[in-house]
Amino acid sequence: MMDVRDSSAGRWDALGSRDSSFRHAAMELVHQEVMRRVESTGPVPDRQSSSSTDALSSDLNSLLAHVLMLSKRCPYEDVRKECICLLQMVQDVGVRIPRPMGNGPSRFIPEKEILQVSKLDESTQSIFEDAFAVLGRLDNISLVIGFHPQYLESFLKTQHYLLQIDGPLSLHCRHYIGIMAAARHQCTYLVNLHVNDFLQVGGDPKWLNGLGEAPQKLQALGELNKILAHRPWLLTKEHIEHLLKAEEHSWSLAELIHIVVLLTHYHALASFTFGCGITPDIQTDGGHTFRAPSLSGYCVCDIANGNGALEEMFGNQQESSGEVEVLMERMKQLQECRDEEEASQEEMATRFEREKTESMLVVTSEDEECVPSRDVSRHFEDPSYGYKDFSRRGEHVPTLRVQDYSWEDHGFSLVNRLYPDFGQLLDEKFQIAFNLTYNTMATHQGVDTSMLRRAIWNYIHCMFGIRYDDYDYGEINQLLDRSFKVYIKTMVCSPEKITKRMYESFWRQFRHSEKVHVNLLLMEARMQAELLYALRAITRYMT
Amino acid sequence: MEKMNRVNTISGRTMFCHLDAPANAISVCRDATQVVVAGRNIFKIYGLEEDGFVERLNLRVGRKPSLNFSCADVMWHQMEENLLATAATNGAVVTWNLARPCRNKQEQLFTEHKRTVNKVCFHPTEVNMLLSGSQDGFMKCFDLRKKESVSTFSGQSESVRDVQFSMKDYFTFAASFENGNVQLWDIRRPDRYERMFTAHTGPVFCCDWHPEDRGWLATGGRDKMVKVWDMSTNRVKEIYCVQTIASVARVKWRPERRFHLATCSMMVDHNIYVWDVRRPFIPFATFEEHKDVTTGIVWRHQHDPYFLLSGSKDSTLYQHMFKDASRPVDRANPEGLCFGLFGDLAFAAKESLMAGPPSVGDVGRKTYPGGDRRYPIFFFKKPDVTEQFAQVSSALSVFESEAGSSVGMDWFINTAQSYLLSGKPFAELCEHNAQVAKRLNRLQESTTWTMLRIMFSEPANPSLSTNHNLNKSGNLPLVNSFSMKEMSAALNERNKENRQDNIHSLETNLNNNDENEETEGSEGQAEYLFGDAELDDDDLYSMEHDNQAAEEPEYLLPQEAFPLRHEIMDHPSAPEPVQEKPESPHVSGSEAESMCLTPMESISLISVSQLLFSPHLPPKFFCPIVKEMLCYYAEQGDVQMAVSVLIVLGDRIRKEIDELTQEHWYMSYIDLLQRFELWNVSNEVIKLSTCGAIMCLNQTSTTLHINCSNCKRPMSNKGWICDRCHQCASVCAVCHHVVKGLFVWCQGCSHGGHLEHVMEWLKQSKHCPAGCGHLCEYT
Repeated sequence: MMDVRDSSAGRWDALGSRDSSFRHAAMELVHQEVMRRVESTGPVPDRQSSSSTDALSSDLNSLLAHVLMLSKRCPYEDVRKECICLLQMVQDVGVRIPRPMGNGPSRFIPEKEILQVSKLDESTQSIFEDAFAVLGRLDNISLVIGFHPQYLESFLKTQHYLLQIDGPLSLHCRHYIGIMAAARHQCTYLVNLHVNDFLQVGGDPKWLNGLGEAPQKLQALGELNKILAHRPWLLTKEHIEHLLKAEEHSWSLAELIHIVVLLTHYHALASFTFGCGITPDIQTDGGHTFRAPSLSGYCVCDIANGNGALEEMFGNQQESSGEVEVLMERMKQLQECRDEEEASQEEMATRFEREKTESMLVVTSEDEECVPSRDVSRHFEDPSYGYKDFSRRGEHVPTLRVQDYSWEDHGFSLVNRLYPDFGQLLDEKFQIAFNLTYNTMATHQGVDTSMLRRAIWNYIHCMFGIRYDDYDYGEINQLLDRSFKVYIKTMVCSPEKITKRMYESFWRQFRHSEKVHVNLLLMEARMQAELLYALRAITRYMT
Repeated sequence: MEKMNRVNTISGRTMFCHLDAPANAISVCRDATQVVVAGRNIFKIYGLEEDGFVERLNLRVGRKPSLNFSCADVMWHQMEENLLATAATNGAVVTWNLARPCRNKQEQLFTEHKRTVNKVCFHPTEVNMLLSGSQDGFMKCFDLRKKESVSTFSGQSESVRDVQFSMKDYFTFAASFENGNVQLWDIRRPDRYERMFTAHTGPVFCCDWHPEDRGWLATGGRDKMVKVWDMSTNRVKEIYCVQTIASVARVKWRPERRFHLATCSMMVDHNIYVWDVRRPFIPFATFEEHKDVTTGIVWRHQHDPYFLLSGSKDSTLYQHMFKDASRPVDRANPEGLCFGLFGDLAFAAKESLMAGPPSVGDVGRKTYPGGDRRYPIFFFKKPDVTEQFAQVSSALSVFESEAGSSVGMDWFINTAQSYLLSGKPFAELCEHNAQVAKRLNRLQESTTWTMLRIMFSEPANPSLSTNHNLNKSGNLPLVNSFSMKEMSAALNERNKENRQDNIHSLETNLNNNDENEETEGSEGQAEYLFGDAELDDDDLYSMEHDNQAAEEPEYLLPQEAFPLRHEIMDHPSAPEPVQEKPESPHVSGSEAESMCLTPMESISLISVSQLLFSPHLPPKFFCPIVKEMLCYYAEQGDVQMAVSVLIVLGDRIRKEIDELTQEHWYMSYIDLLQRFELWNVSNEVIKLSTCGAIMCLNQTSTTLHINCSNCKRPMSNKGWICDRCHQCASVCAVCHHVVKGLFVWCQGCSHGGHLEHVMEWLKQSKHCPAGCGHLCEYT
């Protein structure tokens, strides 16, 4: 796969051009290339053929897979059409062509619900075109986030800045750190994505054999990665000092900020990937198949997760009808009685503690340590290290009060100081994520959802031991029901255990776009929580 | 008068006391005898005594204090001695009455805000009026005689960071917001703000009304700026702007000093600065006592400018005496030095320094004001009584290089370009560099390289090739090559030649005007030129008629015009005021070397290497000598040699020299290289350096902002496509493809394209490839 991208990066690039004549010319080139290989491989690739033709055919296959991806995902209609024609032509010659596996970008959301690249409004189209021009692909994550174009724009901008625009870290390092972070959550999707990018920007393939093969400097990040991913509150200034003062293997402060942002970004993104059940991209292994459609079409991951059979989508709709109405009623009540009945201060304090401890009791589906699959686990050390509840008996870690260390006042300044302009981007992204609303809930219009959004945001921060003095944690109990809490907790703390059943069992009546919205909130809240702890440690180191 | 008398009774010293917990805010009572400290876990009143703080009262009572005690802000009423108000992080506004007989002094509790209250403010003259600003975007005005707020002001959903009643206008208050806006409200009209303007990018953390000047408001923001706004006119005008180094958390005007204000920052920087807003480049005074960020500052008495109180996250409460403040201006470098485009050199220094007696036998010295060719005064500032900056009068000398004498630095450029710093084995690098130095007739350097080679090479192979090398150099007597004394004397001779520059009068009008504009701009005020009586007028005239001015006895230079702008880190090729004599201590490096060699001065190099530097000697043996040698070169101004040797030797010597010195050398060399536009070499040096601070240079400001060539709007960061006109920007004018690598523009018509395409095109044609008719040039 990556060989093709390597040797022909230029060829695909021009397909992202806004000038249709460029695209046409590029398509022409692709066409010739494909046909040339088809001829050299021979009409029907034979299983018994020699190894040289085998290599040739696998080369052709990956080429075809890319064409297939383009035919589905390219934001330009002309390219899509020409790709379909090309595939048809190849099939007519007698070569087996691939077809996409699974049902669209997400296992949880039916393909027809997700934005079709062919039917986009203008602003989304332009966002997709930009993304395509930069990356030469449109990944499934972007497609799913496409429900919320306003956020998508900011998300892509940030990610682009993080990975492509010049910053303290070299390009391949960034991808490698991305791989490390995603691997921590066993997110095969992100790992594969960045393994390709890593090789493409000239990373050393040896590093991919495991963290042990990477330079010592990168190995030192393993600890930071581990703590940040699972128990960020344990991060101390000693950890930071260890990274900054390591003789010739030390990082600079600017680099460290970049690293921290990368790690938190990919931890959160891994959460999102699992939370929305993102499937492998079409052009990657596992995203397409050359087998005939009659064979089982289920994604490998589906089988691994034990929900091989498609569950009945709207099976339980009856029993949960009225769920939305109840929720709205509660929000209204909270709004009204807030001024009348004032909870005592002690009450407020204990409510946070209760919510904190209760979040502990919300048990994620299986609690046994599942051993991550071999190929991913080599990118990090100590696979048994996982999320431990913040408020365990015995070890007491003081809560972080937002009023004492907040993103707006403190985190921002630190990031912007050491990684210019990036604080601004992150700030925008957090704000968009937090303020995003369409004033709808399921079928109801004109609802003020700020209360619900704040409850979700603060619940996640609560799980990380971050407390808002001015928030009544009793609201969380009123607004978030148990199945939703289970989902949130699983997604934030051990995203790899998310199942389709979990996704479906919360908020049954809500639309998929709203569930994606929730996922975005979870992702950003988690990222901010990790970031706050990391930045606080860095601040402490600096003072 | 009575007031002033009371002020005079205040005395004290710089003192501090430990608090039990970090403070969030402090406030002082009207007669300056008590201070209240509030924080998440602290709420106490301290008495200010002659020789220390004395805890008077702990307001945090109860076994398990509620969040109402967790204060984000506190204010002591300026009319009513017993009245305090706090803003709690949980959204409560609490008032406290110290006159209450019981332990719990809490008087009223307002829980109308939904989010954290960031600020409370009493009306300066009205006893019962209290204002609060909260994270929920509302400001509320309370009448303390009533149970609830009397009016609510909505800032339209953005969080309120600060509210301040105007000192002069009874009904006006200012509010600053998280989105960068500042609003002015009339307390009688809660429906709509009177005025709004955007003051900062990002949150405005604080604002403060000037105690004297009606309508002056200072604001501080996350964008690291302090701005002073004049609101007395129709349009809000920014009149001063001070750029600090960290986000500004608090700002407070200094009493009785019209242009002074104190600031502290929210992150990273722990100092308190007092600025003269007219001198925005350097703080007037700095208090550096705190170990963590300062969270609250307040002037002890509203008519006393000499005492400042501050609370900090490091759990201390300080009283700073102004006379104990450090004055950064005293530490600032009062000398300035700059190269002109054609090798001219301008040098500004304190007059007192310049007037020193000319040293003997130095041709270069003649150029100093001893010759008494003074330049016209181009700036004269009458000392302003309110401005307490030290008046520094400086003299400026300009050394104009002789025609063709810029060749004097050719050796530098040549050397920089030809030296090899990496990529080959150590011995070869040394040999190459020795050849380069020799070719440029720099024999001392050449010999140094050769010696380094011998010292640090593997013992196996040295003598033969060295021998060869030296034999080739032939006509140079070996003895001489070791006699460092003579060599450095020769070096000095050469330096002297360089210094035979003529002193020239300023090309007055041109230069003067330049300077003048600059200072004026930086001051943000033309007052000095026009506002100050008759003297100034004269000076202005003299500026225009320079002959006349030549007779003026002295001239003053605004200090920031030269030295203070940016620290000049090196003076490598500056003519030194005092010519170094070979036996001066700086030369100790060379002496040391010649010392160790003197006994065998007449022995050939081969025998030396065999005798002294026998293969059994570890290379470490030479490190001290090499170190001294490097220092010698750097001291002599040949930082090029020092850095080059440092890089080539790499680990062999790096540990011997402390990081800071290395960094200094690197910075100096890089600065020089960049002055000579040797970008490639400078980049190579940065890359090869091992200092963290230097390597960082390559990681900053690497962004290039471009505009779309079609619609002339700024391009966003991603892609090659303009967001607005949806066209490919930066298309090559020759091949019409998007340029993704090196892009070359014509500065005349702004067309361009792939480097090689444009080069090729312009070989054949004189006109712009885009067909715009411009005659482009490629050089």
